[in-house]
Amino acid sequence: MEKTYEITKDNYKSYVFEKMPKSSHWKNMIWAFIVGGVICTIGQAFIELYKLWFSVEDASVLASGTMVLIAAIFTGLGIYDNIGRFAGAGSTIPITGFSNAVVSPALEFRSEGYIYGVGAKMFLVAGPVIVNGVTISVIIALLTLLFGG
Amino acid sequence: METFWMFVKAFLIGGGICLIGQIIINFTHLTNGKILVLFLIAGAVLEGFGLYSKLIEFAGAGASIPISGFGCALVKGAVKSAHQEGVYGALKGGLAACATGISVAIVAGYLVAVLFRPRTKKK
Repeated sequence: MEKTYEITKDNYKSYVFEKMPKSSHWKNMIWAFIVGGVICTIGQAFIELYKLWFSVEDASVLASGTMVLIAAIFTGLGIYDNIGRFAGAGSTIPITGFSNAVVSPALEFRSEGYIYGVGAKMFLVAGPVIVNGVTISVIIALLTLLFGG
Repeated sequence: METFWMFVKAFLIGGGICLIGQIIINFTHLTNGKILVLFLIAGAVLEGFGLYSKLIEFAGAGASIPISGFGCALVKGAVKSAHQEGVYGALKGGLAACATGISVAIVAGYLVAVLFRPRTKKK
């Protein structure tokens, strides 16, 4: 059995600050730029590939789906979190980071079962994203209807 | 050659969006979930004014792969079907446009959880 210790909100924050690499902000920023850029470039490669068979819009959707799938597998293999350690926002903000945020807790909480473990914890981060996204999209769509935007 | 420049633009704009995120994280220490929601809403609001689609036209995956592109797709889908089907369309279009990404994430997440073992994080 692995050694575990209790994490509360407060001591977690100080723990993170303590463990946070003391490297300069510049280094973080350069890595975020490079990794984020590379992920988007790979996405662009998939768009170019799918454009051979589909319209640009469909190719773009399929490319995003492919990136989500790849990130899910990389998360399962433990690779994505290693990239995230130095890439910061570069691995969080692309859709692959969303995929990582879905798969990572699903994997971690499997021990709590497939219903309340995998099924519920999957939406720890994806839930807020989808809830906020859907709400704002409906509001904006209704506003454009009202004001004929 | 045009394809080559699309790759360059995807790299620069995609990297640039992530760089903005990293700068925000460096100064505010926001958690990943909050950063994701922040960029999603930013993309959604920009698309509300029709701006984010233009960025996607320009930079391709550089703008559509970041989570702000997800917010844009939600709003774009909702607005488009709202114009066709009114309130019903406004409720339907957003999620329909993003269904692929969400479904892939859910199914892949489930399968990965079944097939892979959680890893202890390396120190």
